[in-house]
Amino acid sequence: QQPHEEIPAKKLRLTKPSKSAALHIDLCKSTNSTEALQYLLQFAKKPVEAESVEGVVRILLDHYYKENESSVRLKIASLIGLLSKTSGFAVDCIIDDVIIALNNEKSHHVLAQLLDTILVIGIQLQDNLPLSFRLVEIGCKHLADTSHMVRNKCLQLIGCLGSLDKPVMKELENLAARDVQKIISDSFTDQDPRVRTAAMKAMLQLHERGMKLQQIIYCQACKALSDDYEQVRSVAVQLVWVLSQLYPDSIVPIPSSNEEIRLVDDAFGKVCHMVNDGSWLVRVQAAKLLGSMRQVSVQFLEQTLDKKLMSDLKRKRSAHERAKELYTSGEFSSGRKWGDDAPKEAVDTYTVNLINSGACGAFVHGLEDEMYEVRNAAVESLCMLAQASASFAEKCLDFLVDMFNDEIEEVRLGSIHALRKISCHIRLREDQLDTVLAVLEDSSRDIREALHELVCYTNVSTKDGIHLALVELLKNLAKYPTDRNSIWKCLKYLGSRHPTLVLPLVPELLSTHPYFDTPEPDMDDPAYIAVLVLVFNAAKTCPTMSALFSDHTFRHYAYLRDSLSHLVPALQLPGRKMVTVSDSTKLALSEDSSRHFVQQSLDRVQNIQHLDAQGAQDLLKLTIRDLQRLGELQPELAGIAEFSATYLECQLLLMKSLQEKLWNVAAPLYLKQNAMAAAAAKKILEHTYKLEFLYSGLESRHVAIIHHMRLQAKALQLILTARTTRGMETLINMCEMFLQEIETFPRYFASELQYLQESFVEKLLEVMPRLLACKPAEVVKILQTTLRHSNFLLLELPAQVHRASATIIEPTGESDNPLRFTSGLVVALDVDATLEHVQEPQTTVKVQIMYPDGQAHIIHPKPADFRNPGPGRHRLITQVYLSHTAWTEPCQIEVRLLLAYSSSWSRASSLSAVCRAAWNDSMDGLPQTDSVIEGTINLSKQVKVYLMPKPARR
Amino acid sequence: MPEIKVTPLGAGQDVGRSCILVSIGGKNVMLDCGMHMGYNDDRRFPDFSYITQNGRLTEFLDCVIISHFHLDHCGALPYMSEMIGYDGPIYMTHPTKAICPILLEDYRKITVDKKGETNFFTSQMIKDCMKKVVAVHLHQTVQVDDELEIKAYYAGHVLGAAMVQIRVGSESVVYTGDYNMTPDRHLGAAWIDKCRPDLFISESTYATTIRDSKRCRERDFLKKVHDAIERGGKVLIPVFALGRAQELCILLETFWERMNLKAPIYFSTGLTEKANHYYKLFITWTNQKIRKTFVQRNMFEFKHIKPFDRTYADNPGPMVIMPGYCVQGTVGHKILSGQRKLEMEGRQTLEVKMQVEYMSFSAHADAKGIMQLIRQVEPQNVLLVHGEAKKMGFLKEKIEQEFSINCYMPANGETVAIVTNPNIPVDISLGLLKGDSTLGPVPDPKKPKLMHGTLIIKDNSLRLVSPDQAVKELGLSEHHLRYTCKVQIQDHHSEQDTLNRIYNHLKNILKDYPIQHLPDGSVMVESILIKISAMSEDQSTKDVLVSWTYQDEELGSYLITLLKKGLPQSIAL
Repeated sequence: QQPHEEIPAKKLRLTKPSKSAALHIDLCKSTNSTEALQYLLQFAKKPVEAESVEGVVRILLDHYYKENESSVRLKIASLIGLLSKTSGFAVDCIIDDVIIALNNEKSHHVLAQLLDTILVIGIQLQDNLPLSFRLVEIGCKHLADTSHMVRNKCLQLIGCLGSLDKPVMKELENLAARDVQKIISDSFTDQDPRVRTAAMKAMLQLHERGMKLQQIIYCQACKALSDDYEQVRSVAVQLVWVLSQLYPDSIVPIPSSNEEIRLVDDAFGKVCHMVNDGSWLVRVQAAKLLGSMRQVSVQFLEQTLDKKLMSDLKRKRSAHERAKELYTSGEFSSGRKWGDDAPKEAVDTYTVNLINSGACGAFVHGLEDEMYEVRNAAVESLCMLAQASASFAEKCLDFLVDMFNDEIEEVRLGSIHALRKISCHIRLREDQLDTVLAVLEDSSRDIREALHELVCYTNVSTKDGIHLALVELLKNLAKYPTDRNSIWKCLKYLGSRHPTLVLPLVPELLSTHPYFDTPEPDMDDPAYIAVLVLVFNAAKTCPTMSALFSDHTFRHYAYLRDSLSHLVPALQLPGRKMVTVSDSTKLALSEDSSRHFVQQSLDRVQNIQHLDAQGAQDLLKLTIRDLQRLGELQPELAGIAEFSATYLECQLLLMKSLQEKLWNVAAPLYLKQNAMAAAAAKKILEHTYKLEFLYSGLESRHVAIIHHMRLQAKALQLILTARTTRGMETLINMCEMFLQEIETFPRYFASELQYLQESFVEKLLEVMPRLLACKPAEVVKILQTTLRHSNFLLLELPAQVHRASATIIEPTGESDNPLRFTSGLVVALDVDATLEHVQEPQTTVKVQIMYPDGQAHIIHPKPADFRNPGPGRHRLITQVYLSHTAWTEPCQIEVRLLLAYSSSWSRASSLSAVCRAAWNDSMDGLPQTDSVIEGTINLSKQVKVYLMPKPARR
Repeated sequence: MPEIKVTPLGAGQDVGRSCILVSIGGKNVMLDCGMHMGYNDDRRFPDFSYITQNGRLTEFLDCVIISHFHLDHCGALPYMSEMIGYDGPIYMTHPTKAICPILLEDYRKITVDKKGETNFFTSQMIKDCMKKVVAVHLHQTVQVDDELEIKAYYAGHVLGAAMVQIRVGSESVVYTGDYNMTPDRHLGAAWIDKCRPDLFISESTYATTIRDSKRCRERDFLKKVHDAIERGGKVLIPVFALGRAQELCILLETFWERMNLKAPIYFSTGLTEKANHYYKLFITWTNQKIRKTFVQRNMFEFKHIKPFDRTYADNPGPMVIMPGYCVQGTVGHKILSGQRKLEMEGRQTLEVKMQVEYMSFSAHADAKGIMQLIRQVEPQNVLLVHGEAKKMGFLKEKIEQEFSINCYMPANGETVAIVTNPNIPVDISLGLLKGDSTLGPVPDPKKPKLMHGTLIIKDNSLRLVSPDQAVKELGLSEHHLRYTCKVQIQDHHSEQDTLNRIYNHLKNILKDYPIQHLPDGSVMVESILIKISAMSEDQSTKDVLVSWTYQDEELGSYLITLLKKGLPQSIAL
């Protein structure tokens, strides 16, 4: 019987080359530990399938017991840990073996590694309470080990697995319930800093897992703040912060006095103190955490901004005032005036003692720290605290403004953004505004635009302030003309926010005079437009203002209202026809009704089935026109209207090409009709890609309908090919591909199939078995009939659809000055564009350059060139490099933005969870060779740039 | 007790001619060797005759350490090493070594060529002196000899400024030189380990100042300059400390850059220009921003700032900004103090017509910075130098209050002796250490333990051994010492019962100790024997005999006091 048994074993090995066996052989072959280690290292590189994990682990353990070299045992232990992570492998069966191995181990390194393995296993079996309990028990036992690595791992183990509640199960009652927190906090005073760190990390881990930490730990954590090692301090700061959030209102005593304060205030003082730490990592940590301590009392918060209030303010509320007096009486000099630093009599030495304690000056220090990481963190924290407290916002204003002058641009930008965020709380004084506006001269574009954004939201208190802002903005405009749009927008908000302050300035701004006629300003002057934008926006809520306008102002209004309608609001002007005004107000009101209108037109279209061909086409044409017009009138609904119109156009094209008479003509006359239908099919395909990728906010149903339309177009193409080509080869290929697509369709849109009743796809799916069996010619025939007799799918009105669009701001295309460059060399062209509703522009948006000779060049901008100023909006500021060898005459090139798409990232897969699941399931079955169509859609209008080559110097 | 002795020869309750002598563990170190700006006579140099009346200094000093290249810290160096005579090592950092000779040469030129003084050091002397210099890196521990080691830390203040830790055995001193705790436009902040030295010698220029945030100062400065420029005026900024020139240049340069200003900025040729060359090289000593951006552009390659040409000097301009500390007696000090008339040399008077502004751009730590550094270092004692006496006194008080450590502020020539308590390493045999800990009742590693041993000082080594071993090693015979004490107890029970009661009583109280009831009618607590015998005449009075060896003295005496209190009634038999 011996051979009998061997044969099936061999067979098994042949069908499934077991990894365990191979490993076993390798390990047996190894003569010394170095070799074994080599085998293990190689083994670790390959993946192991779930079924054989257990076998492999057994073999590893076998070898483990035999091995004398600790490095090999270490590797084995780590391998077991890795293997236990294999998905689909039940870890329960090996945990006991690992624990046995642990109990017999002597080497500290291996012990630590085994504990790590246990940790990995334990985390996977977290729900198994008795096991967790047992593992924690093991951790506690090894906590007395002399090696820091072992103690580290033990603490980690306890932190990750320590039971949150007392065990309720009966079998556990006999085990003495351990207080995990007590055990961990005992290690806070371990002699090894690494263990201290691990202990505090374990405590944080417990907190993250939802255990409520005891308040006693606070004192211990506070002691750790003055540890010699930075990693300990860093974790301790976090721990103190966590506890301050848990027990904000507990009362803690102040050492060296018999008074008490709130815990959160005490913790705040301590964290502030850490902003002066020796290690910058701790400083960053502390500065970041300060921002999230919201419950701190106001007087502590305000101390952070004054370096000089040195006395211990914790004592009493009155001590705060006392210290303030001290400050004003000037015990310490500010270093601003010469000679005022002669020592004064100490006012009361008992009140001015604790120089370095408390929150005093934390932010002052943080903001002038050496490392910009700390400064950034401090700015963020300052902003967060100021958002919560208006009075603090008022106080920290000067400090934020000072940060506008930082040497690192990132920090400057951060502080401008911070100020914008808190601008609701503050009202800028004139001198403050002055310093803020001084930054407008900055040469960095980001800074200037951030500042424009800030000015949009700023509250100014006086008319001089407005005037100052305007003057500075105009100066900015003169210095950097490219900022035009940003400045206009900024003035729009400034005007609409402060109508009453603008009112007294109007005569001066428009340079009108009661008696004299002033010359009419140049309408194309950006500065004049800027002033008008400010005035008109203010006039919107201030009806008396229009009385101050002169005649040409009204004319300019009409012009600007048309040309820059997004900047100039509709005004109720006396003595003018209200056409535009009434129009726009009505429109504004009628968003609902126009939505209703879209719905109605779509409903109407449904009737086309019952109409004759001509009537249906007419109806479609009419509806398309209606929708397009509506889209122009109603910007909010433009997306929906255009989307629907495009879809209907597809339908129209399809109908036209399927007209009865086209298909009944005699064979020789095919040609012309074929050409027309082929063009239509191509157009439909293009449209469907546009529909799918250009519009955002689509639901999966819409995507299904779009795909359906595309299938129809493809069917049409197939039929046309069948009619024109003679060779069978291409036809068979096309047929196969088409059928494949039909097959995959329900996999993507399983949940949407119910809406596709009586449709082309539905019908095809019904006859699928037949289709698969029959010849291409027959397939084509079936397709032809199905196509012509399938229903039109009604488009459901999408709730919120936006069309992706882009506008190139720069180059403007208006410039007559050619860009000069040496031909054969490279010239950089600055491109600045705004993108609306583009998803993931970093991967999809490209820049296309068309050279005069028709050569097109597509450039991928760097991901860093995209900024995201608001939801749905992106800004592309990049440089494209142009180069062309043979070029002698000044010529225009065309620049435009493209949206790249690929049918492989079809939205179908990511729309809903159901769909995604379906996709994942069918992933293996799907042939990946399937025609992935990549293409581009125009995203913006082209802009022409005039280029003038200079002959290369020889 | 060992002492650290400190004697300032200069900079004691004064600013200028820093020179501090430190004797630590038998080594003599000179910290800095500077000149005084306020004097032109002999007082300008430290009084080296304090060290020795005649002859060279080499045999009295183990090393000289220069903290940075400012003349009030290195100005007397060639005088000391070449004219008085010193051949030992002089330590300074690389940037200091590079820039120091430029300043010394400049100083020599002004004194000899301009003022026409004789008996001053020559260029050759500067060169010879610089040959004795040993350059050190930051955080590099330099062994001066077998025992003395020094280590430099970053001090901010000026390019290449360092704080030094001087260590002999377990005693150490930290000397800060001048330092800055707030980073500026081209330098980082001072940083040092928590090295817990016995003595911390700190400068205290701004002992009574806590400066506003440096941001306001910078903003004010730029605004003042900008305004003056916009009005079409000129600004003169007399920068008297090398390094501050670079700081202001960078500040102005970046401002000009950011604001796209076009007005020219000039700086005087010569010294600054030469030094600037080295600033470009020692990028590692500068702050984060400059270190990170120098690949694209070295910030010291100024675009807007050009060397000053004498032909521009037609009119000095309407505004003067004094960007730092002015020592008493200088013209700057007078102007700042508001004098409208100046007496120049040769009885000329000059009227001050310009607008004068003071802005503290000094790269010294303010009071809070000093306190912060002290907290970071955690010294046993603090000594203040380089400051005015009155202000120092104020800060001294604060430091003593705050940290409750001693603070000293010696005047020039006054010696301060600080008693240190250095650790003395002793060898202990592992057997003694471990053996004792296993014997103890509770092996708690955190509890201090009492152990018995014998200290043997022999052949320049210290060893702690167990008494048995000591006896064996020294060839002595062992004697036992035993205390025996009698306590009378009133107890009406029988002897046996009383003993039982004592046994139970002790058991209740001394829970952690092994207590045995021996069959021969005695109780043993560890090695302490307790016996009982009734008095013949009075059965209720019992004599309790307690006997213990001297090793158990503590426990024994505790038992006696316990028994003297008598037995509580409630004890069971």
